[in-house]
Amino acid sequence: MSPARTLYRGREGMWMWVVHRATGVAIFFFLLIHVLDTSLVRVSPEAYNQVIGSYKTPLYGLVEAGLVAAIVLHAFNGIRIILVDTWSWALRHQRLLVWIVWGLFVLAMAGFLPRHLAAVFGGGA
Amino acid sequence: MTAPTVTPPRPHSGRTRSNAEKWSWIFMRFSGPLLLLLIFTHLFINLLTGGGVKQIDFGFVAGKWAASPLWQVWDLIMLVLAMLHGGNGMRLLVNDYARNRRWRTFLLGALALAVGVIVTLGALVIFTFDPCPAGADPSLLPSFCPTA
Repeated sequence: MSPARTLYRGREGMWMWVVHRATGVAIFFFLLIHVLDTSLVRVSPEAYNQVIGSYKTPLYGLVEAGLVAAIVLHAFNGIRIILVDTWSWALRHQRLLVWIVWGLFVLAMAGFLPRHLAAVFGGGA
Repeated sequence: MTAPTVTPPRPHSGRTRSNAEKWSWIFMRFSGPLLLLLIFTHLFINLLTGGGVKQIDFGFVAGKWAASPLWQVWDLIMLVLAMLHGGNGMRLLVNDYARNRRWRTFLLGALALAVGVIVTLGALVIFTFDPCPAGADPSLLPSFCPTA
């Protein structure tokens, strides 16, 4: 038997809590890798260019798109958390704010994806 | 539907050792919006200007850091804030999910080590970086490097 739904359980706020944790963990591990790969500029231009070259492959280009999506979602939901914590209007309308977060996320990705995917798949240097 | 009655919280017991968790909470809420600004700009410059991700190579990074100390300071603040924000977030997850005490101690130690190593490494790279390393292939270097 699954637990009964409450004002919070199984609703928008709880799912955003899950999304916030999942995107946060993904971003954290990418950040570790990203500092390590950037550190190769201290080794040699060849070493850095070789590793950063793998970021330009179609597969990694898609992973990057996913990372940017995770960052944008985590950022916008983080703003929602701050608003809910500090502003009683936002607390009362936190569910509406969840949908505003998703709306802004879709808009941001609509601006980012065409350009990024064109750079990844569109050939060129 | 009637609202459930909630017993008011007990007055502060005075037993908490410090305000560490309050400062953790405050730090997350101040570093968050700052990171939004720093990282969105970082992503915009690196992925949406010029040739997008394909423009990034040694010359691009060297050119950015050499062009202005602003980008060095920018990347340093971004590095420190992101690692502390991410590390503190991971600490909260470890405390939530690692029930076994020794396992939790191990994970928190590994986390602190990772944050320390990455921040130190990143800061060293930002400030000891040489955009025109001697003996490197000139075609890979930024255009301002003196030709041998």
